[in-house]
Amino acid sequence: MSKRIETTDLNVYYSDFRAVEDVTITIQPRAITAFIGPSGCGKSTFLRTLNRMHEVIPGARVEGEVLLDGENLYGAGVDPVRVRRQVGMVFQRPNPFPTMSIRENVLAGIKLNFSRMPKGEQDDLVERSLRSANLWEEVKNRLGLPGSGLSGGQQQRRCIARAIAMAPAVLLMDEPCSALDPISTLAIEDLMSELKEKYTIVIVTHNMQQAARVSDTTAFFNIAGTGSPGRLIESGPTDKIFSTPDVQATEDYISGRFG
Amino acid sequence: MTAITHRLGSETLTAGRLPKATIPVAIAASAVLGYALAVLASGTANIGLAILFAFLVFLVTVEITTRVVEGARQAADRRAGNLIAGAFLLALVPLGSVTFEAVSNGLARFDLAFFTQSMRNVVGEGGGAVHAIYGTVYVTGMATVISVPIGLLTAIYLAEYGVRNRLSKAITFFVDVMTGVPSIVAGLFAYALMGLLLGPGARSGFEGSIALSVLMIPVVVRSCEELLRLVPNELREAAYALGVPKWLTIVRVVIPTAISGIISGVILAIARVIGETAPLLIAAGFTASLNNNLFANPMMTLPVFVYDSYAHPGTDVQVYWDRAWAGALTLILIVMILNLVGRLIARRFAPKTGR
Repeated sequence: MSKRIETTDLNVYYSDFRAVEDVTITIQPRAITAFIGPSGCGKSTFLRTLNRMHEVIPGARVEGEVLLDGENLYGAGVDPVRVRRQVGMVFQRPNPFPTMSIRENVLAGIKLNFSRMPKGEQDDLVERSLRSANLWEEVKNRLGLPGSGLSGGQQQRRCIARAIAMAPAVLLMDEPCSALDPISTLAIEDLMSELKEKYTIVIVTHNMQQAARVSDTTAFFNIAGTGSPGRLIESGPTDKIFSTPDVQATEDYISGRFG
Repeated sequence: MTAITHRLGSETLTAGRLPKATIPVAIAASAVLGYALAVLASGTANIGLAILFAFLVFLVTVEITTRVVEGARQAADRRAGNLIAGAFLLALVPLGSVTFEAVSNGLARFDLAFFTQSMRNVVGEGGGAVHAIYGTVYVTGMATVISVPIGLLTAIYLAEYGVRNRLSKAITFFVDVMTGVPSIVAGLFAYALMGLLLGPGARSGFEGSIALSVLMIPVVVRSCEELLRLVPNELREAAYALGVPKWLTIVRVVIPTAISGIISGVILAIARVIGETAPLLIAAGFTASLNNNLFANPMMTLPVFVYDSYAHPGTDVQVYWDRAWAGALTLILIVMILNLVGRLIARRFAPKTGR
């Protein structure tokens, strides 16, 4: 159920402002792809075009194509709601639904859409998703509680459980560890490595070590200056990008000479 | 190199502290002194003047002692605190006074007959306001039924769909204008509208509901819009990312998150219109009998009952005035019960806490 993503000459605009320019990249299934680059270089914007989440912002639009196993996400008649059921997303800050219990949060994607599911299957799905997110042992005795006392890392794993309960083909993660301490970060990195057996994972991160640790492919984004669009500078196997990149700017960024 | 002295002078970390008993002692002393000053100034023991003098004396004493012992910053802090406390107590005076007057005057007729009888065939003693209580419940209930859907849906459009487009700017403008419509105009509007539809002179409880809705809708729109905007965008995005359509996100995520505030807003809007007299006088009219039909014939309401009993007493004036006070007390109690119920409901629906 893991799917490949290909984009060709993708441009993203906010009204008249071009935020991302001519991105052509292939994202492999069953692998982790990391987007790195300085703040404001358009990597989060680009990530959000992969499940049409950028459309939530008024005036945002896209030119070019994004192919999910050959099917254009921006083709005529494509419903963004259906796209997002295939391409899940985890956000920078954990955003559980405050009115729901831990269990309801995991089932949110199903319950909010009024899908019918027998109770036994629901229990099964909750346990499976929470186990996949390495959270089951910590919350199994308080599934009916709101869980507002969970730690930041637990909240984030709960949001990951919520995303994988929908059985997406692709999981997009927008700086999922930036608000977490090193131990929770490690837990989530381990989780990503397990999840890549089943899903295509794309992660945006500011943490270079994290990109080096977990990703199989790394893509470096950069901007020429304020007001100019972000571009994909280069992408390739993580080992290569972090040892012998083709472009000088990549090496400068990775070695900490700027950014 | 010269030693740098601290800009604010003192190098010590400690400062003088007034003993804890200072404030109570100052209050007691100021009370005595204020009373004495009031007697000196006016010759009689005027309670208002005494309190004013006592407060001024208290302000000055606390200012001086704090400044001497604790320093200027602490004195400023105490001064601001005392002024705010004074303003708060001043604001409580009308509330306390109204409650006291309504209870002490209203209890005379706050009896079983008041809640079981109407004014049908009653001249002089006896009688009750059951027709007015029912009328108020019907008319305000109907106004709520009309206003809440219109107001809530408008707020949803403003906060979720038409963010800063031309239509929503126009709606916001007209809602603001509507907030300022005098209530008598709302009554005339309802009267004229029903006059056009049903022929001149038509009066009914429903007509009163329309008049109240005109006053209620803008309040509901504004409070609901604010509350919907308070729902964090992250929750909407979380729902979208799970493949939940926008309308379902609003119905099942945004509104439940804001529901406790929305309920309080609606209750406040009801409390705002339940005491309206002028529009109901015109639109719902008045009658001495119980009318259970919202759509025909005049319907009595509590504010109109109070007004009518007070303005048109019969030969035995005191009997009518007692009924008026009892009516006012009932109205206050209804609003209070509404507030309590609203709080209970709001607490029931508030985002759950717990580990």
